[in-house]
Amino acid sequence: MRREKWYHRLAVLGMAGALAACLAGCSGGAMSEAAGSGNSQTSAQEAQSGGDEGGASAEGQAAGAEGDTIKVGILHSLSGTMAISETSVRDAEILAIEEINAAGGVLGKQIEYIVEDGASDNATFTEKATKLLENDKVATVFGCWTSASRKAVVPVFENDNGLLWYPVQYEGMESSPNVMYIGAAPNQQIVPAVDYLAENYGTKIFLVGSDYVFPRTANSIIKAQAEAKGYEIVGEEYTPMGHTDYTTIINKIQAAQPDFVFNTLNGDSNVAFFKQLKDAGLSAEDVMTCSVSIAEEEVSGIGASYLDGHLVSWNYYQTTDTPENEKFVAAYKARYGEDRVTDDPIEAGYDAVYLWAAAVEKAGSTDVDAVREAAAGISFDAPEGTITIDGDNQHIYKTVRIGQVNSQGLIDEVWATDEPVKPDPYLSGYDWAAGLSGQS
Amino acid sequence: METFLMQIFNGISVSSIFLLASLGLAVTFGLMGVINMAHGEFIMIGAYTAYVVQNLFRTYLPAAVFDVYVFVAIAASFLAAALFGAVLERLVICRLYGRTEDSLLVTWGVSLTLQQLARSIFGAPNVGVDAPSFMEKSLRVSSTLAFPLKRIFILAIALICLGSVYALMYKSRQGRNIRAVMQNRNMAACLGVNTKRIDCATFAAGCGLAGLAGCALTWIGPIGPTLGTNYIVDTFMTVVVGGAGSILGTVFGSAFIGVGGTTFEFFTNASVGKVLIFACIILLLQFKPKGIFAVRNRALED
Amino acid sequence: MAGKRFRPDMTVVLAVCIFLFLAVCPFFLSMFRVSLIGKYMCYAIVALGLDMIWGYTGILSLGHGVYFGLGAYCMAMYLKLEASGESLPDFMIWSGQNSLPAFWKPFANPVFAMAMVVVVPVLLAVIIGYLTFLNRIRGVYFSILSQALAMILSVLLIGSQEYTGGSNGLTNFTTMFGQSLSSPAMKIRLYYAAFIALVVIFIICRFLVTRRIGKIFIAIRDGENRVRFTGYNTAVYKVFVYGLSAAIAGIAGALYVSQVGIITPADVNITPSVEMIIWVAIGGKGTLAGPMLGAILVNALKTAASEQFPELWSYFLGIVFILVILFMPGGFVSLRSIPGKLRRKFAKTAKEEYA
Repeated sequence: MRREKWYHRLAVLGMAGALAACLAGCSGGAMSEAAGSGNSQTSAQEAQSGGDEGGASAEGQAAGAEGDTIKVGILHSLSGTMAISETSVRDAEILAIEEINAAGGVLGKQIEYIVEDGASDNATFTEKATKLLENDKVATVFGCWTSASRKAVVPVFENDNGLLWYPVQYEGMESSPNVMYIGAAPNQQIVPAVDYLAENYGTKIFLVGSDYVFPRTANSIIKAQAEAKGYEIVGEEYTPMGHTDYTTIINKIQAAQPDFVFNTLNGDSNVAFFKQLKDAGLSAEDVMTCSVSIAEEEVSGIGASYLDGHLVSWNYYQTTDTPENEKFVAAYKARYGEDRVTDDPIEAGYDAVYLWAAAVEKAGSTDVDAVREAAAGISFDAPEGTITIDGDNQHIYKTVRIGQVNSQGLIDEVWATDEPVKPDPYLSGYDWAAGLSGQS
Repeated sequence: METFLMQIFNGISVSSIFLLASLGLAVTFGLMGVINMAHGEFIMIGAYTAYVVQNLFRTYLPAAVFDVYVFVAIAASFLAAALFGAVLERLVICRLYGRTEDSLLVTWGVSLTLQQLARSIFGAPNVGVDAPSFMEKSLRVSSTLAFPLKRIFILAIALICLGSVYALMYKSRQGRNIRAVMQNRNMAACLGVNTKRIDCATFAAGCGLAGLAGCALTWIGPIGPTLGTNYIVDTFMTVVVGGAGSILGTVFGSAFIGVGGTTFEFFTNASVGKVLIFACIILLLQFKPKGIFAVRNRALED
Repeated sequence: MAGKRFRPDMTVVLAVCIFLFLAVCPFFLSMFRVSLIGKYMCYAIVALGLDMIWGYTGILSLGHGVYFGLGAYCMAMYLKLEASGESLPDFMIWSGQNSLPAFWKPFANPVFAMAMVVVVPVLLAVIIGYLTFLNRIRGVYFSILSQALAMILSVLLIGSQEYTGGSNGLTNFTTMFGQSLSSPAMKIRLYYAAFIALVVIFIICRFLVTRRIGKIFIAIRDGENRVRFTGYNTAVYKVFVYGLSAAIAGIAGALYVSQVGIITPADVNITPSVEMIIWVAIGGKGTLAGPMLGAILVNALKTAASEQFPELWSYFLGIVFILVILFMPGGFVSLRSIPGKLRRKFAKTAKEEYA
């Protein structure tokens, strides 16, 4: 008999509790938010453009800047497969924030950072971006690595009018007003690299890439370029992410006899590819490769002996000879350990924080619209040399550098452009690229 | 012609890697019935052990003896993974015999924890292991055809492991005890077999084999916290196709997936190759629902 | 059970409590939290379907992300077409596609898309179920096979970028039925749509398991051969319940994608599929209310832990999984037996004292 009574009591308690919570909470919450915006909203378009009327972003003006600190978000994968690359970028961003804070902060305020884990999962990136923007009301966010994660959060940033600083080279064909692209656009990495290799090694190209958006888009750019310039594509292969057996593809490469292999593999696959390439008895003298996703950190994960002599294309190397870089490398090693290396995305993450701080100082506020306006044309003496934000597309003027991996695992520059190249995400400056972007 | 010969060699080589990676699973899953989702993480433990051994050699011993590290690493990675396996068995798995599905879920939690542990200890980025110099050469058959010695070495390790597991299971007293416990725990206990000890030793041996595979994989693939996830599906498929509980089945399963997979990949591409081999497996299981070398069993329910 | 007294099933009480809580959430939580809970509700719906096949029928599917993903993709195709308007979806342009593929065209119609949300997963489930159950592939063999299925589908989705958006998945939606997806009013509407779906599906599942067919499911779980010997064609029942759970997962996927605004091949893969099983196990399988609770609690824990400890949260999750399953084989729901156990224990000691 007592059992039933016990259940009864629990049920009644639960219901009463819920009811009480309901009554107590009626004044606030998402429901009132919805009702509030519902009244002022006349059409879907207005709701989108006038999102500020809603409760969530009502305080948008003072976003992240209440009190004595300015809150910023850092959103990278700290777990899952992408953690191998992204944790170091997070470290560089934290280093830059600490340096700025030590030098007095921004607008006289200290920067407070909130780290979130994207967990190598795009839906998690969306969730955490929303959390940073709507819940923590950060002034800006530094983060993402893969194109997929960027594409996943861009709608969130556009919707809440946030600002994302994206530190990695990518495939282009994008220019969101809510993203600052600190990595290279295709014309600052891929296109000049292919031209350089074709000139120096021959025109028969074999394309190898991981099966996702960056390699596929990069390769469609290369194919258009090859067609226009008379290069020959002798093979094109994609492997799923995490693929670890490359013997078959290497066999195909040997059969096709290319002058060089253009490699857009990502992450773990590079390790397997280069180890197995060497096993097959192919060194850089036999088959030259050029990689766009292998930087110093990846080299140390693969083992320098496997990559010795192979080419890469970036905008920055640890060996880049500038006074700023000397300081940056020393600071990074002092903070995180002598055995750590710096590379292009790490440096870009570091630059992003400084560029944002400079833009905030110029705007005199952390408001996203003001910062965006102020950012146009801002320069920073970065470790890779002076970089400038292009106001038209929010990309960066960067110097293109082709490098060769040496036996110490560092990368020596073998060729560079004389001056920073204007970013051209849609490749509109190239006639042969007309069909690629779909933007006529 | 040479391309085809090379392709055949690749198929055999990939099969030997699958065999090495799934032998441990054939023991823990096939014989013991524990769905060890952390199997991949034991591979990872072996790989990191090889990394540590290599670094110790590099730091404390002259460069001349560096190549010897391989043999130390092979032993160390087996022992390290076996030790972890024994601890896991005593703490967790021993409570789960007969609860197959729960063993899957618990070991999933174990795998999450071990991955994070690796990340905390070694850092998230991949680490590099150099293969010894004698393995970097290749066996040149003709001017254009050369078989990497590394692959042949791995093939040899796989065969030695296979031989040892076979001898242990079917030719030794210990193996008879193991099989007895797996077939009927209570009866074996009644006949004086120390089932607790057998369970622990068997599970540890299975994990040790995974660690050994991890050591071998460092020469050809990446070494990072998520290394194990790359192999988990393939190894389970290998055991299932061959028939759980049969060592011979595992050999067949790895040959089927290895040679079949690389052949499909050669004629199509890596993604389509994976899909095709999976279609073949479903087709195969239509006729042999318990794998090709199913262990005959008179029990109605199992 | 002689008396006709009102004797509520504990799990129903629990379910009602969950429903009440979910119904009032939007009144006191911020919009961001409400959207999160909306997402958890979709997971809870999947958990209901999984409980039907695993908790009641004993089929452990490690690939239910497949059906969740298929439902989500069907809905996402409609949303994507609506967002792109007259032009091609953006990913098709950069993948070099010139015209809309034929199988995309009907998805411009929302009614067709919503029908497909159920039809596609059910169709695949029936085919897979037919091939496996009829040939008596079962137990662990089926589990491993379903796991491979999840991997294969995600490889296929990634590989055919020009049709599916590749690893980016489908995202950047704007409107649904002409309403802006980002407006708070629409978010609340979607939240309650998911809520109603959860309640209705719970009632359907509850209805099934308390009928004769539910008894057969349980009988199949506990001794399939015996059921077959009594003259039932167990494969038909298994295919039916597998298809049902696929339909439920498909619906959950569609609700998920309209709330979260993104679906990628990663959501179809093995990791999310195994996590789904874990929600069911942690909540308490075979109780319907338990898996709902499990889905919501595990995900709330995941969110809370990863917000507080972005570096270390995997430890928490891993250790909670291990401890709960080891020491609470019945899941959270088994906590209900604690008062009873305690009472019995006290009663026993009392007796012993007198003896």
